Amino acid sequence: MLSKVQRTAALAAAVILWTSSAALAQKRYDTGASDTEIKIGNIMPYSGPASAYGVIGKTQQAYFDKINAEGGINGRKIKFISYDDGYSPPKTFEQARRLVESDEVLLIFNSLGTAPNTAIQKYMNSKKVPQLFVASGATKWNDTKNFPWTMGWQPSYQSEAHIYAKYLMKEKPDAKIGVLYQNDDFGKDYLKGLKDGLGAKASMITTEESYETSEPSIDGHIVKLKNAGVDVFISITTPKFAAQAIKKLAELDWHPMHIVSNVSASVGGVIKPAGFENSQGILSAAYAKDGADPQWDNDPGMKKFLDFLAKYYPDGNRLDGSTVYGYGVAQTLVKVLQMCGDDLTRENVMKQAASLKDFEPDTLLPGVKINTSPTNFALIEQLQMMRFKGEKWELFGPIISGELTN
Amino acid sequence: MSAAVEEVVTEGQAVEAVPKRAMTLGAGTSLVVLAILVLTPLVVKNFIIFQMTQVLIYGLAVLALNILTGGSGQFSLGQSAFYAIGAYTSAILMEQYGVNYALTLPVAGIICFAAGFLFGQPALRLSGVYLALATFALATAMPQLLKLGYFEKWTGGVQGLVVTKPDAPFGLPVSQDVWLYYFTLVITIAIYVGSVNLLRSRSGRAFMAIRDNEIAASSMGVNVALYKTLAFGVSAGITGIAGGLGAIAVQFVAPDSFTITFAIQLFLGMVVGGVGWLPGSIVGAAFIIFVPNIAESVSKGLSGAVFGVLLFLVIFLIPHGARQVAIVGQQLAARFRR
Repeated sequence: MLSKVQRTAALAAAVILWTSSAALAQKRYDTGASDTEIKIGNIMPYSGPASAYGVIGKTQQAYFDKINAEGGINGRKIKFISYDDGYSPPKTFEQARRLVESDEVLLIFNSLGTAPNTAIQKYMNSKKVPQLFVASGATKWNDTKNFPWTMGWQPSYQSEAHIYAKYLMKEKPDAKIGVLYQNDDFGKDYLKGLKDGLGAKASMITTEESYETSEPSIDGHIVKLKNAGVDVFISITTPKFAAQAIKKLAELDWHPMHIVSNVSASVGGVIKPAGFENSQGILSAAYAKDGADPQWDNDPGMKKFLDFLAKYYPDGNRLDGSTVYGYGVAQTLVKVLQMCGDDLTRENVMKQAASLKDFEPDTLLPGVKINTSPTNFALIEQLQMMRFKGEKWELFGPIISGELTN
Repeated sequence: MSAAVEEVVTEGQAVEAVPKRAMTLGAGTSLVVLAILVLTPLVVKNFIIFQMTQVLIYGLAVLALNILTGGSGQFSLGQSAFYAIGAYTSAILMEQYGVNYALTLPVAGIICFAAGFLFGQPALRLSGVYLALATFALATAMPQLLKLGYFEKWTGGVQGLVVTKPDAPFGLPVSQDVWLYYFTLVITIAIYVGSVNLLRSRSGRAFMAIRDNEIAASSMGVNVALYKTLAFGVSAGITGIAGGLGAIAVQFVAPDSFTITFAIQLFLGMVVGGVGWLPGSIVGAAFIIFVPNIAESVSKGLSGAVFGVLLFLVIFLIPHGARQVAIVGQQLAARFRR
């Protein structure tokens, strides 16, 4: 009797010992991760000039609520700590240090803006804390050699510009291109991409006009471009100015081939205010589905997104590109954390993020896939051209890669 | 006609007269505060040390504004511009020309002193709200000037400049944060002592005479124009040194860092700390750094509103800021002693 109990106990002890030692061998954690929790830091401009983007952080919070309600990632709940920096770089720096040193997060995820992220890039890399999926289209986030702990997400401005260059060289090789660009990092990055994309044919750009965001109206620049006799008008503008340009072109009764950057391709934010009748035939490129476009209503991925909005973020607006964006990035992070398994070290997070293969978040266009490698941190490099017709964008042509290797 | 308008505006002193004895702390209190500032970094985390460094740096900038407004009675909403010039001077010298970080600070101070002195010349013709508006224009213009293509070679344009953080010298076994904190502390104390002495000196008395009554001051033989511009220069110079320190602490300068919001924060810090009370500058700096964080932890969506309520409470309950608290404290202490 006694011996039987003893034997059972010994067996049980052996089993426990075996499983726990196996588990010990597998589970590895850095600061911010444990058996029950993964702490994710985030910095968003909830106040200040860029506060419209705060929706991204709110969408992500809601998405992680959903993941947690469904059981978390490999049994671990996500704790999402999101701070406000008011789009001021010194504040971003302070908040990043608070997240890393005081809240002790595993990584900082999708902090927003080019200047705020530049302010913390050096710090994050010297601390070896992942600065994952930076919310900015600047090309510099893909620098695996100098900043191996920083990674972007959306297509870089240069990738997108390459696609327009490819399209123009094919469809309109004798074009005289006029470029209107915003005089900041966004506009200049874009212009560089356009010139690199045209390569030897960069002389196709005959006129360049830049404007400051402080200018009340850009009408003068457009008149200049018209008088310069260009027949392709590329508008590297932010929403307010893109809408002004569309209106002014209609007013002047000038109809060149008109390309608008993806930043300003929002139907609700740009096209509608500028007038549908003025916007017919405008070209742009996209990588994500548009929440305003009814053609996606029966798309399984988009349905998941809409169900998510209805259940976890009822205040969220499907027409706002930021909700679609926030959902896609959050889904990518969850994918990476799932791939990490029980090895939740910062090093492994970067390793897994750099080995995404053909991953397709619900909200990206069919055929646009996320691929990374240890030497390529540019997640999304494919876009599809689209033309505005009626009251929505119509995608056309193949998915084009704007890869920056050439 | 214009003189009449001006008189209406400046009528009833805008800045209340603070006797110069009340501008500082007693010796005992000073020693206690100093001991706290010196000893705390030995026991707290690096992040807290970084925040304390920021409090000292912002404290310097508020102190500079305090000399200008509390000392000579001139308003300024343009301190962010001088702070930016100082920050960029340090950053450019360190990164483009490889100058030692400690040596960039006096340069930043001198350049800003010159800039402030020059700006003080046209500002002489203005006073009260008009002067506040002119300086406001300066603060609004600065971020755009920094973005100008013409200066881009040095300033890095909209991308800004990344600054390398200095290590502790002589192989001292302390972290960069701790070193930078003590470095900042020494400079802050030096400038604080210098400012106290300045306000006690002949020049300081001239500042205060101008603040209290410009006409009386000039009839007593004070060179009003000289001392007004001098106050601007000194204030800008100290702000510039604070800016240089700020660039080193945050390791990054960009036009977006120095917007008008920052100038208003400094003004806020001065009012909360107590106009004309120099030790209040540190209290004011702590207010503008920590209270927004507190507001955010109360409600993320309404952080601005919560901050507004807290600010309103402070202004309503203690209109003279930290100075009022200190005076009440002193009276209580005196009563206990009896």
